[in-house]
Amino acid sequence: MKLKTLASALIVSGIMSQTVAAAELEISVQNLTHGNQFTPILIAAHDGDSHLFQAGEMATPALQKMAEGGDIADLAAAVTGAGGVTSENPAGGLLFPGAHVDSIMLDTLTMTHLSVTAMLLPTNDAFVGLDAWEIPTEAGTYTLNLNAYDAGTEANDEIINGGGAAGTPGIPAAPGMDGGANGTGVMDGSSNDKVHIHPGVLGDTDPNGGASDLDSRIHRWLNPVARITVVVK
Amino acid sequence: MAYSTFKYGATAFAVVASLTLVGCSDDDDQTPAPEPESFDYVVTVTNLTANQPFSPVAVVAHQADTPLWTAGMPASVALETLAESGDGSGLATETGVAALVSGSGIIAPGMSETINLSLTAAQVSNLSVVTMLVNTNDAFTGLGNYDISALAAGSMVKMRTITYDAGTENNSEAKGTIPGPADGGEGFNAARDDVNRVHSHPGVISADDGLSDSVLGASHRFDNPTMSVTIARSE
Repeated sequence: MKLKTLASALIVSGIMSQTVAAAELEISVQNLTHGNQFTPILIAAHDGDSHLFQAGEMATPALQKMAEGGDIADLAAAVTGAGGVTSENPAGGLLFPGAHVDSIMLDTLTMTHLSVTAMLLPTNDAFVGLDAWEIPTEAGTYTLNLNAYDAGTEANDEIINGGGAAGTPGIPAAPGMDGGANGTGVMDGSSNDKVHIHPGVLGDTDPNGGASDLDSRIHRWLNPVARITVVVK
Repeated sequence: MAYSTFKYGATAFAVVASLTLVGCSDDDDQTPAPEPESFDYVVTVTNLTANQPFSPVAVVAHQADTPLWTAGMPASVALETLAESGDGSGLATETGVAALVSGSGIIAPGMSETINLSLTAAQVSNLSVVTMLVNTNDAFTGLGNYDISALAAGSMVKMRTITYDAGTENNSEAKGTIPGPADGGEGFNAARDDVNRVHSHPGVISADDGLSDSVLGASHRFDNPTMSVTIARSE
C-alpha cells in the first residue's frame, strides 16, 4: 500500500513536470501612448495562484509603491520570494511614448503565468498591467494589448508636486517636460478604492493654472496603452 | 526578376498541358482549362462609435512582412492620406499589397457594410481592414496584418479594433482641419506637425470638455473599440 502510493506520487510528479516544463520567453514591450512615460517595467513569471494585482481587489502596499512612485523593488521581492522569476527594469529607466524595449529574455523555470506592471507618468497612480496571463505551452508569437489601471490608492488630483512616495498626494513628475503648474486640483469623486480600469486623465489647456497640471492635448490616453509580444521558444 | 518569373510560369503551364493531354482520349482540344482555386471572403464591418462616420473601408490583402502600419513608426504617405482625408486608394500600390477592395461609401455610426474579397491561392496571406474616423484630424481604426491563411472554408473570426492616431497631423480639432461633417475642413496635408509615429489614439477632447477652439462636441468623443470586423471564408 505504501509502495503503491509512492509509485502513483512519482507518476503524478512526472506528469506535472511535463506540463510545467521550463519555457524560454523573448518579450518586447511597446509604449503605445501619445504622451505618457512608463517607469521601470517589472515582468514576472509566477505560479497560477499569484498576482501582482487584480482588478476588483485592493492594491497591496507593494503595488501602491509601484503605482504612485514607480518603485518596483517590493513587488519584485515578493515574486522572487515566492519562487518566481523576474525581469526588472529591462528598458533601463523610462520607456518613452512610441519607444519599445525588445529581446527581453526570461527563463520561466516551472512558472506558468506572466504579469507585467509599470507606472504611467504623469499620473497619480495609473499603471499599465498584465495580470497572470497563462503562458502558452505551444511555441509561437503572442501579441497582447495592455490596459491602464488605477491602483485606487490615491485621489487623481492631477497636481505635479513631486509626490511619489506611497500615500503622498500628487504626481511625481512629467518627464516630457510638458506639465503645467499652479493647478487648483481636480476633484476626484471616485469612491472605488480597488484596482480598476483607469478613467483617464482630464487635463486642461492652461499650463499656469486651471484645475489640472496635465495637458489635455498631450497626457490623455485611451486603452490600450501598451503592446507586448511574447515569443514562446 | 520579372523575366525569370515569367519563365517559371510558362514552364508550369507546359507541365499542366502535358498532363492534361495524357489524361485525355480523343478530342483533346475540348478540354477546359483547370479552374484556378478560389479563396472567397466576406468581410463585414460595423461602426461602433457614437458620431464618427467611417470613410469608405479599405480591405487590403498583403504579404505578412509588409504591414500597412507599425505602431511606433512613421505612417506611410498612403496611410497618412487615408487617416487625414479618408482616401485609402493609395494603399493599393504599397509594397506587398496583392489586392484592395474599397467599401461603397461612408459608413454612418451604427451601420454596417459587407465587402466581398476573392483571392487566388498566391494572394492569401494577411489582411488589413482600415478606415478613417472622419470627424478627427487623423484618427483611423483598423485590423492590422491579420493572418488569414489558416482560416478554413466555412469558418469565420470576429474581432473588435482599437483606434490609432496616424501621428501626422496635430489633433487641434480646429475649424478647417477636419474633413468630416462636423467641420467640412481640409483633408490631406503633406505637412507633418505631430509626433510622426502611429500610436494608440488618445481620443478627442471637444469644446464640451475644455478645448475651447475645437469644432467637436461631446458626441464626437469615442472609446475603444470603434469597429467590429467579421471575416468569413465562404470558399
